[in-house]
Amino acid sequence: MTQSAMQQLYQQIILDHAKSRNGAPAGGLPPLEAAGTAAGASLGADSPAGAGAGLRVTESHQVNTTCGDEVTVRIGVRAGEPGGSPESAGEPADDAVIEEFAWAGDGCSISMASASVLHDTVRGENVATARAVLNTFREMLRSRGTIEPDEEVLGDAAAFAGVSRYPARVKCAMLPWVAFEAALLAD
Amino acid sequence: MRSVCIARRREYAGEMTSSASPSTRANARPLTDEEVDRIRNDFPILDQLVNGHPLNYLDSGATSQNPLSVMEAEQEFYEQRNAAVHRGAHTLAFGATETFEAARATVAAFIGAQAAEIVWTSNATEGINLVAYSFSNASLGLGGPEAKRFALGAGDEIVVTEMEHHANLIPWQQLALRTGATLRFIPVRDDGTLDLGAAAGIVGARTRLLAVTHASNVVGTINPVAELVALARSVGALVLLDACQSVPHLPVDVAALDVDFAVFSGHKMLGPTGIGVLYGKAELLAGMPPFLTGGSMITTVDMHTAEFLAPPQRFEAGTQRISQAIALAAAVDYLTETGMERVAAREAELGQRLVAGLADIPGVRLLGPPAGVDRIGLASFDLAGVHAHDVGQYLDEAGIAVRVGHHCAQPLHRRLGVTASTRASTYLYTTTDEVDRFLATLAEVAPFFGVRS
Repeated sequence: MTQSAMQQLYQQIILDHAKSRNGAPAGGLPPLEAAGTAAGASLGADSPAGAGAGLRVTESHQVNTTCGDEVTVRIGVRAGEPGGSPESAGEPADDAVIEEFAWAGDGCSISMASASVLHDTVRGENVATARAVLNTFREMLRSRGTIEPDEEVLGDAAAFAGVSRYPARVKCAMLPWVAFEAALLAD
Repeated sequence: MRSVCIARRREYAGEMTSSASPSTRANARPLTDEEVDRIRNDFPILDQLVNGHPLNYLDSGATSQNPLSVMEAEQEFYEQRNAAVHRGAHTLAFGATETFEAARATVAAFIGAQAAEIVWTSNATEGINLVAYSFSNASLGLGGPEAKRFALGAGDEIVVTEMEHHANLIPWQQLALRTGATLRFIPVRDDGTLDLGAAAGIVGARTRLLAVTHASNVVGTINPVAELVALARSVGALVLLDACQSVPHLPVDVAALDVDFAVFSGHKMLGPTGIGVLYGKAELLAGMPPFLTGGSMITTVDMHTAEFLAPPQRFEAGTQRISQAIALAAAVDYLTETGMERVAAREAELGQRLVAGLADIPGVRLLGPPAGVDRIGLASFDLAGVHAHDVGQYLDEAGIAVRVGHHCAQPLHRRLGVTASTRASTYLYTTTDEVDRFLATLAEVAPFFGVRS
């Protein structure tokens, strides 16, 4: 057993996140309420009642067809200041803020840890920042181990650098990020 | 080339089958460790390092490896005999046709069938689809009066089981959707066996077809085919047997089992990919309309109509998988000369060794019947707190190849309360040491992932 290879892939930070599952309500996601009515309640137990007022709540469910892993990412986005950056059709403006982020899923430690890290990384950030992290993360994972992770941009997400050497597992790490990206674009 | 390959097989026959006189499975002598070591010499792929460790291939349930004789048979065909079969009037074409048809006879004899009852397909999935689409065409009125008995409509029922591979489920779902028939299923019990008590209430006067697997690719259960066939017969229903996990590993006699159809794939029984087999009782195939149509399956054609050949050619439109069929026959020769009873006895031992070992590892939940109950040489399990993909990754790092995921059986996994599992599956080249090494490495997995048990 080459422990080092396994330890490089399964960094302690990944194993910890796979267990803590930050942002995943214990009982799963509550039913998605109609947009604008009770958005806060749709985002999980830790959102105070009424916190979601004025939030645009969207979600995306993604499945990794090779293994059956699945993740649903639900986000609550507050539109930017009037007069701020323009909102293109169906997509929040750069300065809109991802106020709420909740997810539910079932899968391997890589995909579950990735969802937990994604939650910690983008919750509270504006859309432009979140997109920048997403692009950097994707670039790193597609690099087959050739790109050194930019910890400034990625934070805990840099721990997934080892995954890029295992092409079969890149999809696992990307799954929640793809769901997040689709949720940003969802109506 | 050909003489080399025959000589190799003879050598085998001398070493192995002389002592394996015809015997029942119960008292067959399992292949010994020494014999398995000799068998491994015929499988060059097994002799390699993966991630710095000797390859420990425990994924034969997904695809098996090829002995040299199989690869040589395919190469010899292309080097010496390649020509279109059932078409040419030249010497090479006659030779190719003869070898191709001899392969059909070899495979037929292996499962107790007549040559004309063997239809070549690309894989087992295509075999099942062939039957489903033939029934579908019969339901549309194609095939004349003889095909009427295969026509389905509202009020008819197709029965499958909850343990089927998607290949023996989805074609029937689709057939039901196309014809208005209803799809029902025999449930699986907690221990991974069929609920035969419930089956008697499900298979009834409306049942037209029972499609069931012989041995489960997930839980390893060997289903009581005789009982299921008797149940189907009592209501006049046809039976299709998914034999993908039985024909490669157990002696199977389709005539003795009295099933109407059976499918299996070449690549799971030491053969190449791209070749599968549909067995159908001669009198049934004779009444069935074709699925794929085109060249090589007709008698006369005009601009509006066509007359079709008798089976099996009726179901073999277009250029056939010639080298693959011939190589599959070489695989069958290899299995026959080794002795299917002895292979089955060996794998029964390995299957029991697997489940007994799994029972000793904290956190492991075996899916399927416990130790002591008949199973084929495979075991699927859930390891508490560690996802199957992570288990597979850890094992792969140690050179151990297993299958992870739902193994194309999502409904069965759902029934057993898991979304994915890890499966170790053996074959005639699997050593006892490989099984033990797998178990020892598996015991390291939960501690590595920090799961307390």
